[in-house]
Amino acid sequence: MDRVAIIGASMTQFGQRDAWIRELLAEAGQEALADANVSPDEVEHLYVSNMASGEFEGQTGVPNALAHDLAAMPAYTARIDQTSSSGGAGVYAAWQSVASGASDMTMLVGGEKMTHRSTAEATDVIASLTHPVEYKHGVTLPSFAGLTARLYLDTYDAPRESLGKVAVKNHKNGLDNPHAQFRKEVDLDTVLDSPIVADPLRLYDFCPITDGSAALVFCPESVAREYTDDYAVISGIGGATDTHVVHERADPTTMGGVVNSSEIAYEMADLEPDDVDVAELHDMFTILEFLQSEDLGFFEKGEGWKAVEEGVTDRDGELPINTSGGLKSKGHPLGASGVAQVYEIYKQLIGDAGKRQVEADVGLACNVGGFGNCVTTTIMESR
Amino acid sequence: MSDDIPPMEAYRYPDGSITYPGHPVGPGGEEPVGTVDLSEYTATVLTWTTSTATPPGVRQPNTLAIVEFDVDGEPVRAIGQVTTEDVEIGDEVEPVYAEELREPGAGIREPESQEWDGYRFTPV
Repeated sequence: MDRVAIIGASMTQFGQRDAWIRELLAEAGQEALADANVSPDEVEHLYVSNMASGEFEGQTGVPNALAHDLAAMPAYTARIDQTSSSGGAGVYAAWQSVASGASDMTMLVGGEKMTHRSTAEATDVIASLTHPVEYKHGVTLPSFAGLTARLYLDTYDAPRESLGKVAVKNHKNGLDNPHAQFRKEVDLDTVLDSPIVADPLRLYDFCPITDGSAALVFCPESVAREYTDDYAVISGIGGATDTHVVHERADPTTMGGVVNSSEIAYEMADLEPDDVDVAELHDMFTILEFLQSEDLGFFEKGEGWKAVEEGVTDRDGELPINTSGGLKSKGHPLGASGVAQVYEIYKQLIGDAGKRQVEADVGLACNVGGFGNCVTTTIMESR
Repeated sequence: MSDDIPPMEAYRYPDGSITYPGHPVGPGGEEPVGTVDLSEYTATVLTWTTSTATPPGVRQPNTLAIVEFDVDGEPVRAIGQVTTEDVEIGDEVEPVYAEELREPGAGIREPESQEWDGYRFTPV
């Protein structure tokens, strides 16, 4: 079977940008096509991962707008909205379009424009994914994180400091990412002394609100060789859902969508968790890095915090996690984040990650929507 | 309970499971066979948080808890506001009715699309 290859990628500067959604998407799209040496008229399918351009900016119809701005007509277009995992779902859609034979050249662009909204407004747009019984109580994604972090620390006797060390590690990694929103180190005392946002979690346990975009170019591996020798392949991909109502989960410290999507991806790739050399996890909140690292099978349940404490997930550790700086440091422009995760793994696998480069033949990206409500896990290998 | 205070209605399914809120079908894929008013029971705090960064129309700070009811041996969980910040895991709480948990229309959601009253939890 012809595997699906990624032959080009880009990401814009993440952070507070003057550009609006159309401009952000076009910026990443143009750069990815140039990186892949693909002309716009070669693009057969064009997907846009975006959660809420209508709600944030009053701009809908962004895939068609992008096709026009890039002169990619008459490419088939579609918008992929799966909340915070729109990017991962876009990777799935792009992979599917090529794997099915429907397209020999697919581009995915993920982006979001958020920073013109206040923190309260942006939080409410994101919280609008919740069930009415959650929304009427003012439940937000950060409050889910606080609820889960307290339960995790209590259940597994983990120290509060271990969560802070996730932030310290990912900020350190982000220092070497020129596209990251925050390129500054933070120490543990700064994290632990920062203002409470959702007790026991504090400001530095949370990712920022971000503008940005990222793009990937996909084609069959047989076609990839016509364009470049530097490509990576998607060897496994899985998507799964968990309950919409978060409190109905049997174990609130387990993300069933991560478990199920990764099982599908591992089986497709014929790989095990131990085979993964580098991973990008959805650290929208520090607690999520523990949950995912366990639910992906990297560590036993309740042991993820120890791996961070022992440096296993450091850039020079046994399993580097979030070499990009993660959402925590790099930023989280909702629809772009899952695409940017795969961008980082792609760069690692083709040996083009600069100061962030680690030894890696197999990489994994796990993109989470809601509070684990929808998840896409992607496994990639060097050619 | 007064006749004009609505119940905290959970659905019971043929396999004995109960969910709050109710769904068209339960965990086993079957339609509900009855309801349970959780306001008649007490619950135990599974976990809690106090959120300081609240969205438009939400009280600040906003203490929330996930609690677990025991309905004749069947566990049922719910989430909701807590009437106090003085709460701990394992505390016993009871539901208390509030006419408006959050200001309708202050946030992004269409006010007519859902109800805004409900039950907070208060320590017993």
